[in-house]
Amino acid sequence: MYPEDLRFTKDHEWVRVAGDRGTVGITDYAQKQLGDVVFLELPDAGRALKAGENFGTVESVKAVSELLSPVAGEVVEANAALVKGPEAVNTDPYGAGWMLVVKLAEPAAVAALMDAAAYKAFVESESK
Amino acid sequence: MESAASVLRKTPLYPVHRESGAKMVPFGGWEMPVEYSGLISEHMAVRTAAGLFDVSHMGEFEVSGPGALAFLQRVTSNNVAKLVDGQAQYSALPMPTGAPVDDVIVSRRAADRYLLVVNASNIDKDYRWLQDQEPTGCELRNRSDEFALLALQGPKSQEILQGLTSLDLASIRYYHFATGTVDGSEATVSRTGYTGEDGFEILVSADRAEPLWRKLIEVGQPLGLVPAGLGARDTLRLEARMCLYGNDMDESTTLVEAGLGWIVSLDEAKGEFLGRPVLEPQKKSGPPRKLVGFEMVGRGIARHGYPILLKGQGVGAVTSGTFAPFLQKNIGLGYLPTAQSAVGTEFDVEIRGRLVPARVVPTPFYKRVK
Repeated sequence: MYPEDLRFTKDHEWVRVAGDRGTVGITDYAQKQLGDVVFLELPDAGRALKAGENFGTVESVKAVSELLSPVAGEVVEANAALVKGPEAVNTDPYGAGWMLVVKLAEPAAVAALMDAAAYKAFVESESK
Repeated sequence: MESAASVLRKTPLYPVHRESGAKMVPFGGWEMPVEYSGLISEHMAVRTAAGLFDVSHMGEFEVSGPGALAFLQRVTSNNVAKLVDGQAQYSALPMPTGAPVDDVIVSRRAADRYLLVVNASNIDKDYRWLQDQEPTGCELRNRSDEFALLALQGPKSQEILQGLTSLDLASIRYYHFATGTVDGSEATVSRTGYTGEDGFEILVSADRAEPLWRKLIEVGQPLGLVPAGLGARDTLRLEARMCLYGNDMDESTTLVEAGLGWIVSLDEAKGEFLGRPVLEPQKKSGPPRKLVGFEMVGRGIARHGYPILLKGQGVGAVTSGTFAPFLQKNIGLGYLPTAQSAVGTEFDVEIRGRLVPARVVPTPFYKRVK
């Protein structure tokens, strides 16, 4: 699953851009690696993030993983429903599994992230 | 990475795990399935129907000869003389410090023949340790490579297995075993496990493992049987408050501290054994610290190694911690000073620099309704 409208990072986060807003989550590959997600910690609205900065934690039954922001900007909204029901990270990573909406500091910087084809190739090389 | 991966050992069921798409991980020197369909669904299947685990990585030692009982009485903590033929016992191999080299299951096959099942990661260490204790009047053999061990666990286990064996499973009581044929192969079937559910562990020769696994899945599937990995095995054993060697106890914790005083026998028939001078007074008047079960009160999952603080003072560490899939709570085990270990005691777990409150609760966290 590599939706064409997203951009991806090597840390397996995605961002979907609409205007000056970016919606952020983790990829289908990342959720499969983690297994059943049972815990999520997300930042409050208003937090300023740099690209690559740690913005929270996702935990499966067995593993703890840091969340790294694919973009720079200010957190507009964190997905409160996902904190209550983190299993959506597994069942719908590109939909209900969204984590943050960020007001992008540099919308143009998103173009430097991998597109679906490049990310697919990256995952295939990593899982070899 | 390449060389580390190539030295990992594989059980006879490795091809079956690969074929079924299991996620494989290194564990105690072995490449083992951590999950198949998903940890939580496997965990729930074992609580409500049944799960099949490959535990062939565990080791089997045979101790035989006229001196077998005396040797085992000297090197284990529980009273081997209490066993009759066909009976098994949870026990440990204590060091003179009272801390275990390993925890083991001792089965009496005959008055002069015993089988020890030991942890996979400790096979070589245990064998050396036992050799160093100089078995006299008996022979110690490491037979680990000859056997495969399958654990069929969950309330449907007996119904699934009974159709494949001439043994009368209902007559095998908890911590007892019988030898007979299962799916046409010679097998030892014991009513034991590491999940807190009813179930069986089936010991067969290594070359029979694969057909037996396939047969069990085929017969059990309509009753809800699923293959289950080490991930679910760990969360199931923790809900049932069973200790994991290397996590909850090791060479730095005595058996009594780990809450295993019940496998330390001070019976007259037991006599002297390694560690007794330390374990006997601890069992009688209490150890300085104690392994307790706790629930997280604040939001967060405690993990192995996270610091435990009492009123801001570091007093120990979490030994096991997880989200408990059946109980839907975050639970764990850890050491507290005995004086401050009563049920209801509040303390903090340091989770990535943040103090999160937790509370001592009665254990086992989960107990099946019989």
